[in-house]
Amino acid sequence: MNVALETSALGKRYGKRWALRDCSFELPAGTIAGLVGPNGAGKTTLLHIAVGLLAPTTGSVHVLDSSPASDHTILSRVGFVAQDTPLYANFSVDDLLRFGEHTNEGFDIDFARQRIERLDIPLDQRAGSLSGGQRAQVALALALAKRPEILLLDEPLASLDPLARRDFLRTLMEGVVEGGITVVLSSHLLADLERVCDHIMILAGGRVRLVGDTTDLVRTHKVLIGPSGRPHTITGVANVLHESVTNRQATLLVQTDGPIIDPAWTVQETSLEDIVLAYLEPELAPAGLTELHPVPTQEVAR
Amino acid sequence: MIEFRLETRSGIAPYLQIVQQVKNALRLGMLRPGDQLPTVKEVVGSIAINPNTVLKAYRELEREGLVQGRPGVGTFVLKGLEGPPPQAHLALRRSLLRWMRSAFDAGFDHDGIAALFDSTFREATEEEIA
Repeated sequence: MNVALETSALGKRYGKRWALRDCSFELPAGTIAGLVGPNGAGKTTLLHIAVGLLAPTTGSVHVLDSSPASDHTILSRVGFVAQDTPLYANFSVDDLLRFGEHTNEGFDIDFARQRIERLDIPLDQRAGSLSGGQRAQVALALALAKRPEILLLDEPLASLDPLARRDFLRTLMEGVVEGGITVVLSSHLLADLERVCDHIMILAGGRVRLVGDTTDLVRTHKVLIGPSGRPHTITGVANVLHESVTNRQATLLVQTDGPIIDPAWTVQETSLEDIVLAYLEPELAPAGLTELHPVPTQEVAR
Repeated sequence: MIEFRLETRSGIAPYLQIVQQVKNALRLGMLRPGDQLPTVKEVVGSIAINPNTVLKAYRELEREGLVQGRPGVGTFVLKGLEGPPPQAHLALRRSLLRWMRSAFDAGFDHDGIAALFDSTFREATEEEIA
C-alpha cells in the first residue's frame, strides 16, 4: 500500500494547551479523505503541519514519504487551499495565475485558464470583487494547476451556498480523476463528505477518534430497535456507541462484528452522518486510537 | 447516454445506486448492447461524487457480465437485461394504480402504503426463495 500521508505520535502545543495530541494514522495514496471534528478539534493545526506551515511539538509527519519540516522541495508536489480561500484582493484573476506560474515549477497555466473560463469567471476581474463561490473556484484552479500529488483543503465549502458547493466539488472530483490526486478535505458538511469521500478521519479534542473507509464504516454500523429492559447482549454487536431508551423501546447505534440475527431486534441501516455524530459525542472515552475499534466495548452479561 | 442520480439519504451505498440505475436503464431499454456508459470524469463532473465509487460500480457491472471496460476508450454495454415486454409494464402499472387508489380509499396514508407494500414484497420474495 502506498501511503500519501502518515503521522506518528504527532502533537502540537500552544503554551499549555495541546491543539493536537498523539495523532497517528496512515492515509493510502489515491484516497479522498474527509477530516471532521468540532471547531478547535485540531483540524487546521493538522493540515498546517502537513504542509509545513507549522512545526510539530512532538512526533512526525510524512507527506509522500518526505517530511515537510525538513524537505521543502516536497511542497512542489503538495497543493493547499487555506481556510476562507484567501487570494490577493488587488490582483486580477489572470495576475494570480501568472503569479502562480512564476512561483511554482511545473505550474500549468493553460489548464487553470481553461478551467476558469469554463466557469465564466472573467480573467480581468479583481480577486477582491469575486463572489465567495468564484473565489473558491479560483483558489482550487490555482492549487490544481500545480499538478499536485496530494491536495489539502481546509474547510473550502464553509462559506459557499449549496449550488457553489456542488460546483466546487464537481471541479475537485474532475481534478482528482485527471491527476489521480490524494485529497484531504476538512468540512462540517457531512452530507457533502459522504458524497465525495472514501475515507473519513474524525478529530475531537486534539485527538484522532477514528480513521476508516466510509463503506466499511457504514457496513459495520447499524441501528437496532427492540424492547427496552432487556440486557442487550446481542450476537454480532462489538460496541454500543449510542443508546436511547424509553419505557417501551430501546434504540441502539452499534458497531457490528458479524450478522445480527436476534429476532428481538429490528436492524436498520445507518448513515455516515449518524456514525460520525456518535463518535463526536463527548461522553465517549477519548480513545486516541486510529483503528476501527476505538471505543471501549460495553460488556453486557448474557 | 444516461445520467446518474445520487440519493444520499437512501442508506444505499452510492456505488450500488449506480449499479441499480444502470440495471434499470437496461431493463427499460434505455441502454442497449453496444451503448457507452458515461466516463468516470463525466459522472463526477455531473453529480460530484468520488471517482472510485463510479469505478467500483462499473467493476461490479463488469463482474456480472453486463458491461465491458475497454482501456482508454470507455465502458460499453455487453448485454441487456431481458424483462417482460412493455405491454406487461403498462398492465401491471394500471392494476397497481387501482390497488393504490383502493388503499387510499381504505384510509391508508403514503407511509402506510409503503410499509404494507414493503412487508408484503419481502414476504412474497422470501416465499419464493424458500
